[in-house]
Amino acid sequence: MQLLHCENLSFSYDGKVAVKDVTFSISSGEYICIVGENGSGKSTLVKGLLQLHPPSGGTLRLGDCLKGGIGYLPQQKTSWKHFPASVLEVTLSGCLNRMKLRPFYGKKEKQQAMENLERMGIAHLHHHCFRELSGGQQQRVLLARALCAAKHLLILDEPIASLDPIAAKEFYEQIQRLHTELHMAVLMVSHDMKNALSYGKKILHLDTKQLFFGTTDAYLATGAGQRFGERGQQISCT
Amino acid sequence: MHLIQEMFSYPFMQRAFVVGILVSLCAALLGPSMVLKRYAMIGDGLSHVGFGTLAAATMLHTAPLAISLPVVILAAFLLLRLKESSFLLPDAAIALISTASLAFGVMVISISTGMNTDVCNYLFGTILGVTQKELWLTVCLSLFVILAFLFWYHRIFSITFDEIFASAVGCSASISQGLLALMTALTIVLGMRTMGALLISSLLVVPALTSMQVFGSFRAVILCSILLSLICFCIGLMVSYVCATPTGASISLLHIICFICFFAFRKIKERM
Repeated sequence: MQLLHCENLSFSYDGKVAVKDVTFSISSGEYICIVGENGSGKSTLVKGLLQLHPPSGGTLRLGDCLKGGIGYLPQQKTSWKHFPASVLEVTLSGCLNRMKLRPFYGKKEKQQAMENLERMGIAHLHHHCFRELSGGQQQRVLLARALCAAKHLLILDEPIASLDPIAAKEFYEQIQRLHTELHMAVLMVSHDMKNALSYGKKILHLDTKQLFFGTTDAYLATGAGQRFGERGQQISCT
Repeated sequence: MHLIQEMFSYPFMQRAFVVGILVSLCAALLGPSMVLKRYAMIGDGLSHVGFGTLAAATMLHTAPLAISLPVVILAAFLLLRLKESSFLLPDAAIALISTASLAFGVMVISISTGMNTDVCNYLFGTILGVTQKELWLTVCLSLFVILAFLFWYHRIFSITFDEIFASAVGCSASISQGLLALMTALTIVLGMRTMGALLISSLLVVPALTSMQVFGSFRAVILCSILLSLICFCIGLMVSYVCATPTGASISLLHIICFICFFAFRKIKERM
């Protein structure tokens, strides 16, 4: 089942083209990594897929099962250092799309939030203050929130940028579990070439334009893939 | 007890009490979101705009709220817009607007009447000035703010915490932000009477900062802000009645004292 399909999709910022002619699709249960240099339009594309920016050209079609919302995991924000919010409050905000006009969360939402915290292994922290958790724990809370919002697709924007290597490894395994157990489609923006190539089944390589979209094996066979792949290995060796 | 009875035997004190309680409540509800969204200075800027409009109203001999309300609401939307655009640096834009309206107000006053007590009352607040008409307007508008906040509570939390995620799950950030701007503008205009234009933003910012020192959940911070605001208002009103000090300044100072206590409490707790 196709979740999302874009054709010749373009986005521009203040008249400057940030993403041009991107054509790809995500079906349920796929694991796709978006790679590319800094400023290659990865984050712009993600914001576009979340429909925060109108496209400047092309078409973006969302499947019916995404109408309720997409599970989005943002980059870490510095403003969270001071933010007073309990883990449960943050997780519950993922249920917002089912509220329609009801002003308060009901039993069902609370139960779902607790289930997702349980799934992330942090249910015992639900009364804790979000700002006092470690980076890895915060990431799990945000993941639980994303799971409350979506059943089919997770979009992760550089999820491991602020994690130490051990927490990053745990995070990849967690995502892999969600991918296999819940049959969750994953779209991950990543700088971490090595893990992108080993976990992602498909690769979308962006440099404003779309340089490549296809399976990871096919990507490794192309010139750009080999260059990146080698560099990834070099980075992981040093 | 006798003192309280005597205080409330004056109708102007009754009116001041009702208005003050309602405004404190509104400010305490909105404060945490304003502080956490880095909008603390917007409140300050808006109160200066409010002063400018009051000066204009004094010159034109019209009811002050009739001019202040629309202009301050407009300024609130403008400031929020500026914060999002890359046209001007946002904090500099706030400084620009607030000094511009302050200068405008001072000019208008010096041309028309000179610095009379009326203007002074608006700058630093007075409890004597609330008329019956203003009382009703305040009751209606602050009830609107309180109910709107309760109804949008979870959405306001969500956009305060993470605007992008909130939009991704279909909670329109621009609607919530507009609502927040409207509520802030209303609170500031209504509070200018009792607290004074220069002190009203302390009612928004300080209780929120104080509660954030100790509490770690959004709901607890808001509840604590409400409690602090109500307590400080009641004590401040009594102090100003007994010692004949300006109401707004008394309340503001009480808030600052609370902040220092909470801050010290947190530091001591961290040491232990």
